[in-house]
Amino acid sequence: MKKMNLSKWLLVPLFMALPFAVNAKETIKVGILHSLSGTMAISETTLKDTMLMLIDEQNKKGGLLGKKLEAVVVDPASNWPLFAEKARELLEKDKVAAVFGCWTSVSRKSVLPVFEELNGLLFYPVQYEGEESSKNVFYTGAAPNQQAIPAVDYLMKNVGVKRWVLAGTDYVYPRTTNKILEAYLKAKGVSEKDIMINYTPFGHSDWQSIVSDIKKFGSAGKKTAVVSTINGDANVPFYKELGNQGISAKDIPVVAFSVGEEELSGIDTKPLVGHLAAWNYFMSVDNKNNDKFISSWHKFIKNKKRVTNDPMEAHYIGFNLWVNAVKKAGSTDPDKVGKAIIGLSVPNLTGGKATMLKNHHVTKPVLIGEIQADGQFEVVWKTKGTVPGDAWSDFLPGSKDVISDWTKPISCGNYNTKTKKCSGQNF
Amino acid sequence: MCTLNRSGRYHTSGFFSPILTLLIMIASLLSGPAYAAQAVDNFSAPLKQLLEFDFDIKQQAIEQLAKSDDERVDRIFKTLLNGDLYYRKEDQALVYVFSTDDGYALTGVLDNASLGVVSKREIKKITVNNQLRELLSGLIAERGMSNRNPAVRLNSVKEMIGQVGEPDRDRLQKLLVSETDQRVSRALHIALAMLDVVHGDKQKQLAAVVALGESDYTESRNRLQQVLKQATAADDSALAKQVKTSLHAIQLRAERYQALETVFFGISLGSVLLLAAIGLAITFGVMGVINMAHGELMMIGAYTTYVVQLLMPNYIEWSLLVAVPAAFIVAGLFGVAIERGVIRFLYGRPLETLLATFGISLVLQQLVRSIFSPLNRSVQTPAWMSGSWEINAVLSLTYNRLYIIVFSLLVFAALLAILKKTPLGLQVRAVSQNRTMARAMGIRTEWVDAMTFGLGSGIAGVAGVALSQLTNVGPNLGQSYIIDSFMVVVFGGVGNLWGTLVGAMSLGVANKFLEPWAGAVLAKIFILIFIILFIQKRPRGLFPQKGRAAEN
Repeated sequence: MKKMNLSKWLLVPLFMALPFAVNAKETIKVGILHSLSGTMAISETTLKDTMLMLIDEQNKKGGLLGKKLEAVVVDPASNWPLFAEKARELLEKDKVAAVFGCWTSVSRKSVLPVFEELNGLLFYPVQYEGEESSKNVFYTGAAPNQQAIPAVDYLMKNVGVKRWVLAGTDYVYPRTTNKILEAYLKAKGVSEKDIMINYTPFGHSDWQSIVSDIKKFGSAGKKTAVVSTINGDANVPFYKELGNQGISAKDIPVVAFSVGEEELSGIDTKPLVGHLAAWNYFMSVDNKNNDKFISSWHKFIKNKKRVTNDPMEAHYIGFNLWVNAVKKAGSTDPDKVGKAIIGLSVPNLTGGKATMLKNHHVTKPVLIGEIQADGQFEVVWKTKGTVPGDAWSDFLPGSKDVISDWTKPISCGNYNTKTKKCSGQNF
Repeated sequence: MCTLNRSGRYHTSGFFSPILTLLIMIASLLSGPAYAAQAVDNFSAPLKQLLEFDFDIKQQAIEQLAKSDDERVDRIFKTLLNGDLYYRKEDQALVYVFSTDDGYALTGVLDNASLGVVSKREIKKITVNNQLRELLSGLIAERGMSNRNPAVRLNSVKEMIGQVGEPDRDRLQKLLVSETDQRVSRALHIALAMLDVVHGDKQKQLAAVVALGESDYTESRNRLQQVLKQATAADDSALAKQVKTSLHAIQLRAERYQALETVFFGISLGSVLLLAAIGLAITFGVMGVINMAHGELMMIGAYTTYVVQLLMPNYIEWSLLVAVPAAFIVAGLFGVAIERGVIRFLYGRPLETLLATFGISLVLQQLVRSIFSPLNRSVQTPAWMSGSWEINAVLSLTYNRLYIIVFSLLVFAALLAILKKTPLGLQVRAVSQNRTMARAMGIRTEWVDAMTFGLGSGIAGVAGVALSQLTNVGPNLGQSYIIDSFMVVVFGGVGNLWGTLVGAMSLGVANKFLEPWAGAVLAKIFILIFIILFIQKRPRGLFPQKGRAAEN
């Protein structure tokens, strides 16, 4: 008898511990697919840390569906084919519920077939060229109509720009964006000879002749602006050369789509003051949510000097949308989550709401900021309310009639409203 | 007249200069009899408006302030333009701010009194946007026309030329009479010609067209084009003809300057290539080691510059002078270590050397990522390297490029001197020509190998200092230059320093002449194709080594 009793007593804590043990063992895995080495490490490492912070905070709030979240970090090393391999590893081996990742368009294009084949979920946080809408991808960065077009509108109406230089790095995002912008400018009555288009290789550092060309182009007596899709590193020598050749922001303003707080933190900002950038978020925005986000970021990264930027906000929005969708669906099943997430709204960091639309893009405000000497942006203009993201540009002949709608009855990423047919292709 | 002296205080000079009298005359003309009464309002009331967030209100305030002849306005405008004007949050008093070690030292805008040191939270910046900057620099220019310094006057007049209007005529003419500096008076003449060409009578118009044809300001060209349109519309053939001649003259000069500018760009690109390749010309050209980590040695030089600037934050102007020897030593030591640790076991096995040094390059990159973070580091440009040397309105050469051209030639000369005039150079040449014989003569070939590799690496480090002024200092800095360096060395002729010089300069100039019509991407491809074809024809490059040494 005595023996029995003892074993009973022993069993009690065991039973008590059991549900906890199950909880501790069974976690929801979240994949993080950002380059931690190679050329893109400069931008993507920050996003990995952002995701770790968001997951950590969610766990402190009690996790999701009673389970803890577990981050699975992989390093695709800025190598595009490796992105596809790592994505497959995350979905097949680690069985993650969702993946947050990618930066460049080419990396997204490389993982797209994997996500469609294995039916995973990808949250893509960077502004991109549009012309794509996949059932398995949620685009939480800006589409061209949420960044490029409002910026051009601002320059046209508020600054009175008449001549345009479209300068970009030679790859898919600048080429597509500039194609859209060129079509848009022409539709607004800008003539061919008032548009100069220029492409440079990745990491271009000798800007002498191009800047000198821009100077000449801008001296025709009409207000000129540069719309820059120049990527990452190459911006620094570009702005330096502008400064050295005596072109200041008041002569020829440059509005950039790829220069944010993070990029500015590595450089001497003196020659850049007054140039512009168009984003959906700036660290300097005065808002309670934003203050909270910045202070928890500083606490998490243990460095008060680290900045926050637009793609970080996109992850913030994407993560919260996914969390809410999982709660609503009561499951992490990709199909159920994908259905539940459409129409959900979460607060963004600039005082508005981000709603997931039927085309898997979100609503965003568009802000234009002037670069300040301290590497921050001062908002000089913003849209009234938010702008819904448009996957297929209305200004390109091929995609004018195409829409994306992932709800029934259309359920298609590439639906032609004229022929009423779904091409079945997402890109 | 009041001027600003070094300590930031104002003092009045005892004598009324003619310019001042003139200014008062103009001011009284502009503001009329009520001027005296308005003086107070023109200054203090708009100052308050500067605190408003709305940029339109700020603009009105600035325009109001411009009407005041209060001498404090000049400094307010300049500070505002630079984005350095602040106000104290507690009493909304405008202050100038100097950052010190303890915080921010304030001086009152109104009374120039020192208001103590505060933290950043207690003050707020008065922000300006591009429209306001444009307005401000125009107003500063207007006020600067009567400045004592001819350079300031010249800039002000230049700024005026684009936006000169009929009401400015009297003022310009009066200034012209009292002007002593030739360049300023020439600019004033152009400004007047800009007026005459539109508003003057026939004769004046023709004279103005001739005058504008001799100037290189883009504004005068644009104005002439307008006049041409009007002249053709009004069927004024004499005027139209003259305008065409003037425009043609401007065009001719512009083309000539443009060609000059392209040559300069080419030489400057060439000098960067030379700097990147010259260290390689030693390790690859003289020693025959294919060193894929050469780019990373440049990166180490650039990071050394960064560290030097961190160590002497108050002497940025001098930091580059310190960084050059420091980078030479640091990169040189890395080079010696690489040679002693890896390469010496691999002499005569080029494939293994290539792979091993490629591995080293990755190790060095990751090392930098771990120590300094993968983010780019900010290397500051000293003031003496920023800006450009304006030869005329069309042609201006940037200082940083000028310095780098000179620097690369100095490095080249120094290297040549080391190889030709020093015992080390003699030994290096001896070993590279005939190793066994050199050893027989009592030269410690192993030591010479290490020193040669160290020298080549040190030069790469020095190149890194120059590159830190042109491009990003980050872990990938080296990668973008390694291909170019090999290209230059192979094109110029392996083992020949003069070949490297000629090769670098000709590739640079060719690239820059191709770029305007082919675009940056295609230009580079063309150059590569050209080199491939060239190497087919002359496998030993432009200047092949002659003699027995070239046989092996």
